[in-house]
Amino acid sequence: MPSFQRAAKEALANTQQRRNLAHATATIRAKRAAVVGEVDRWEELRVAGADAKDEALHHLPHYLEQLETNLTARGATVHWARDADEANRIVLDIVRAKEAQEVVKVKSMATQEIELNERLEEAGIHAWETDLAELIVQLGHDRPSHILVPAIHRNRAEIREIFRREMGSVGRPAPEDLTDEPARLAEAARLHLREKFLRARVAVSGANFAIADTGTLVVVESEGNGRMCLTLPETLISVVGIEKVLPSFEDLGTMLQLLPRSSTGERMNPYTSMWTGVHDGDGPQEVHVVLLDNGRSHVLADELGRQALRCIRCSACLNVCPVYERAGGHAYGSVYPGPIGAILNPQLRGTGSEVDKSLPYASSLCGACFEACPVRIDIPTLLVHLRTQVVDEASGRSPEATSMRAAAWMFGDHRRLEAAQRAATLGGRLLGGRTLRSVPGLGAWTQARDVPTPPRETFRQWWARRRQDDPGGAPGPVRQQDGTSTTTPEEET
Amino acid sequence: MTTPAPTVALFATCFNDTMWPEAPQATVMLLERLGCRVVFPREQTCCGQMFTNTGYADEATPLVRRFVDTFERYDHVVAPSGSCVGSVREQHGMLARRAGDAGLAEAAERTATKVRELSEFLVDVLGVTDVGAYFPHRTTYHPTCHSLRMLHVGDKPLQLLRAVRGIDLVELPAASECCGFGGTFAVKNADTSIAMGSDKARHVRETGAEVLVAGDNSCLAHIGGVLGRQRSGVRTLHLAQVLASTEEDPA
Ligand code: SF4
Repeated sequence: MPSFQRAAKEALANTQQRRNLAHATATIRAKRAAVVGEVDRWEELRVAGADAKDEALHHLPHYLEQLETNLTARGATVHWARDADEANRIVLDIVRAKEAQEVVKVKSMATQEIELNERLEEAGIHAWETDLAELIVQLGHDRPSHILVPAIHRNRAEIREIFRREMGSVGRPAPEDLTDEPARLAEAARLHLREKFLRARVAVSGANFAIADTGTLVVVESEGNGRMCLTLPETLISVVGIEKVLPSFEDLGTMLQLLPRSSTGERMNPYTSMWTGVHDGDGPQEVHVVLLDNGRSHVLADELGRQALRCIRCSACLNVCPVYERAGGHAYGSVYPGPIGAILNPQLRGTGSEVDKSLPYASSLCGACFEACPVRIDIPTLLVHLRTQVVDEASGRSPEATSMRAAAWMFGDHRRLEAAQRAATLGGRLLGGRTLRSVPGLGAWTQARDVPTPPRETFRQWWARRRQDDPGGAPGPVRQQDGTSTTTPEEET
Repeated sequence: MTTPAPTVALFATCFNDTMWPEAPQATVMLLERLGCRVVFPREQTCCGQMFTNTGYADEATPLVRRFVDTFERYDHVVAPSGSCVGSVREQHGMLARRAGDAGLAEAAERTATKVRELSEFLVDVLGVTDVGAYFPHRTTYHPTCHSLRMLHVGDKPLQLLRAVRGIDLVELPAASECCGFGGTFAVKNADTSIAMGSDKARHVRETGAEVLVAGDNSCLAHIGGVLGRQRSGVRTLHLAQVLASTEEDPA
C-alpha cells in the first residue's frame, strides 16, 4: 500500500467520489446531530459506554473465559484464533466438514479484516455478502470505503450499472428495466439474495457485542439480511474480535442507545438479533464462535493506546472527519478507514509499512472525531502518541528530525530565537514585505497558498523599542501569587 | 469591569512574535486600554506544540520546562492563540509525565490553569464583552478547532465581536469545520490540506465578507494564503486586531 498522503492525492482527483462522499457524510452528520441532541444525558451515556468497555478490557481474560463457559454450556463450540491465518483455517475446516460449496455472510468487519472471503474463494467456496452495501462492493470488485456504508463512494447511477453488469454472472440477474430509483435497486438486490438465503446451509457472521454473563452474541443491522443468515442455515460460524466482549447483559442497554444514534442517526436500528448457543428445532443447530486476537492483545498492552479497543465501529468519527471526507476510505489501506483506522491500523499491524507509518499523520488534529465518539476514544491524543512512536522508530535519522532538532535548539533559549529572528526580519526587509508565490523548500505549502514575508520588526523588537520610547511603560512592580510585590525581572524589558 | 484590572503576562507565541507581531501588539494595546498592566517576560520562546504534534516529544519537553520557568510566577497569562493555549493546557503535563518528571508535570498543570486565550480572559476574567472597539466592515468569523474543541471557548469571541461598533458580522457556513492547517499536516498532507482550505475559502467568499477573523494566525495564514492566491480581496485579521481597532487607530 502507498502512504496515505500519496493515496489521498489520487483520491482527491476523483471528483465524482468527492461529491458522493461530501453529500453522504453531510446528510448523516445532520441526522446524527439531531438524534444525539434529543438525549439529555448524552455525555453521561458516553461515559457509561466507555466504562463498560473499559471494565471488559481491563479484565479481559476473566470475561473471555466467562464468555467461553457460557457459550459452551449453551451448546456452542468456541475456537480461539491468534491471527488471521488461524481464524481462516478454523472457518474453512468447518465449512469443508459440512461439504458446503457456498456460505452466506452477515456484514462483518472482523471477517474483512482477516480477508476470509478471499481465502474461501481460493478454496473454491463462494462467500456471498448479503448486506446491500457489501453486495454492491462485492459485485463491483471494489473495496469497502466506510465501516457502515461500504459503498458510500458510489451513487445510485453507478449502483444500477454494477447490478446490470454483474448480478447475472453470480445468480439471479437484475431486471432488464432496472432504474436507479432506490426502491427498484433494493428490490433487485432482494430477489437476487433471496435465492442464496434459501439455498445456503452455512452462514458466517461477526458480532457487535458478545455478552460474557449470558453467552449471548448480538448483531445490530438495518436491513434484516443478517437475521436471514442467522436463522435459516443449519450451521452458523461467528468470527468475533476479543474486544467485543461486554461484561453483562445490562451493558447492552447502554450500547444500544449509543450505537444506532451514532452510526445511522436513528433512535433505534430496525433489527437487533441475539443468539445464545443452540436451540432445538429453532435456528442453526451447529454454532461455532471464533474468538479472534489478530494484534488486539498487543494493543491492550499499551496503556494509552488500549482505549482504541473500546471502538464499537459506529463510524461517527468517519462521518465528521474532514480528512476522510476528502481523501475517501481507500486511502487508509485497510477495512478500518477514517480517524479510527488512522489509530487502529498502526496499532494492530505496527508501523513498519509505508501506509501504517503515514496513518498517524493523516489528521489535522481538529478533534471532531473525539467529540463524536460515543465511547470517548481520545483519537487526537492517540494520533500524537503514535506519531511519537513513528519518530522514535526512525531513530532521528530523517532530514525532518534534523531540522526539528535544530528548531528545538533555537527555541531552547530566547537569545538564540532573537538571533534567528534578526536574520528573518532582515530577509523580510530585503523582500520589501511582498507576498511570496514560491519559496525554495516550501513547495508543498506554496502550490496553492501564498506565503507572507517575515515582518520588518518582530513583536519583541517592537516591545523593546516601545519601552525605550515610552518611559511610562518601564518595568514596575509585579504582583506575586502570595500578594507581595517584587521588581519586574530584568528580562521583561 | 468586575474586579480591579490585573497584571497580565503576555505569551506572544513564537509564531506571532516572529511572523504576525500585529496580533500580540493589538493584544497589548487592548489590555492596556482596559486598564491592565501588561508585562512581556522576555525568556519566553515556544510552547512546543509543533514538536509535540509532529511526534518529537523529546524535543518538546525542555520547552515545557522553559514555559513553566517563565510563567509560573504570574496569576494571569494571556496568549493571542487558541492553539498554543490548547497545547499548554492539554499537552504540557502529559509531556512531563512521559519524560518521567512528576514535579515538572505538577508545575506545568498548575501553570496551565492560569493561561488563557484572549477571548476567555476578556469575558471570564475581566468580565467584559464590549471592549469599546470600532470596526466598520463586513466581517465573518472562523472558530478555530483548538479554541472550539480543546478550550471550549464557545461563543465568547462572537460575543466580543457582536459588541464592536459599526461591524457587519455575517455567519460563516460550515464554520466549525477544520480549515485544514493542522501544523505540519499542511505540508505533510498538502493536497488534502489545500482541499480543505479551498472549501473554507469558498465559504468565506460566499458570505461576501471583506474581512475574515479568527483567534489563531496559523489557521489564518493558511486560509489567507489560499484567499490571497485566489486574489479574492478578502483580508484576514486576528481577533485581537479587530478588538483593538478604534476610530482614531483603525485596524
Ligand atoms: S472510534 Fe468511536 S466514533 Fe469511531 S467508529 Fe469507533 S466508536 Fe465510533
